[in-house]
Amino acid sequence: MAEFLSMGGYGWYVWGSYGVAFLAFSIEIVSLRIRSKRDETQA
Amino acid sequence: MKWFWYASPQTFYPLAGKIARAAFLVAGVLAAAGLYIGFGVAPTDAQQGEAYRIIYIHVPAAWMSMLIYVVMAFWAAMGLAFNTRLSGMMAQALAPTGALFTFIALWSGALWGKPTWGTYWVWDARLTSELILLFLYFGFMALQASIDDPRRADRAGAVLALVGVVNIPIIYYSVQWWNTLHQGASVNVKGSSMAPVMLAGMLVMTFACWAYAIGASLVRVRCIIRERERNG
Repeated sequence: MAEFLSMGGYGWYVWGSYGVAFLAFSIEIVSLRIRSKRDETQA
Repeated sequence: MKWFWYASPQTFYPLAGKIARAAFLVAGVLAAAGLYIGFGVAPTDAQQGEAYRIIYIHVPAAWMSMLIYVVMAFWAAMGLAFNTRLSGMMAQALAPTGALFTFIALWSGALWGKPTWGTYWVWDARLTSELILLFLYFGFMALQASIDDPRRADRAGAVLALVGVVNIPIIYYSVQWWNTLHQGASVNVKGSSMAPVMLAGMLVMTFACWAYAIGASLVRVRCIIRERERNG
């Protein structure tokens, strides 16, 4: 497992890429959910 | 299909909701499968070691950043040509998701550049034209946000989107037209120079991103439809 996470010494680069991508998708999904909820309550 | 029937925001609204839910489900399943292939099945690269695994997010995100721009410009053109309300809404709904994929492509590219080229960033043709793409998305969104009348905002945004589409072939062919650190295309219409299992992981991740983009932009277009109905 530790070997997998270290990515042969490239862990920061590999997980930094996927982590930020995952974070970006999450932020978009959450902000869309908030926007949808707000629209529904105001409609 | 009754295309012009669905071109009405009111009839499109429930359909968009159904498609969005299915798209997110497909995106989740494909992302899990793609990551499994990319990290569990595909072997270590002979030259780059494990660093190459960034490819499974970098290339799909970069493809999506260009594809979404083209689709956005297409809807913008449809809106200008036929004055259909939904077209402008679709263009507006696609822009933030396109910007998001552009950002991910640039970010993962920087983190891939450091171990392979020795630098996070260079001002070369491929990287610079992709950065311009990000600014085109931001410019489109800022321009639309700055105009109160939604129909006028759609038309102004559409002109910007159409002018900016010239940047797409520049990004795509930049690695051929200029000397660049960025490698050439590994995949084109004639075939692929990649190992089949690596290509499979990359394509599955691409379809996952595709499904995600459809889901996110359809949820957003539903928000836009509701907000414009309410504000008249």
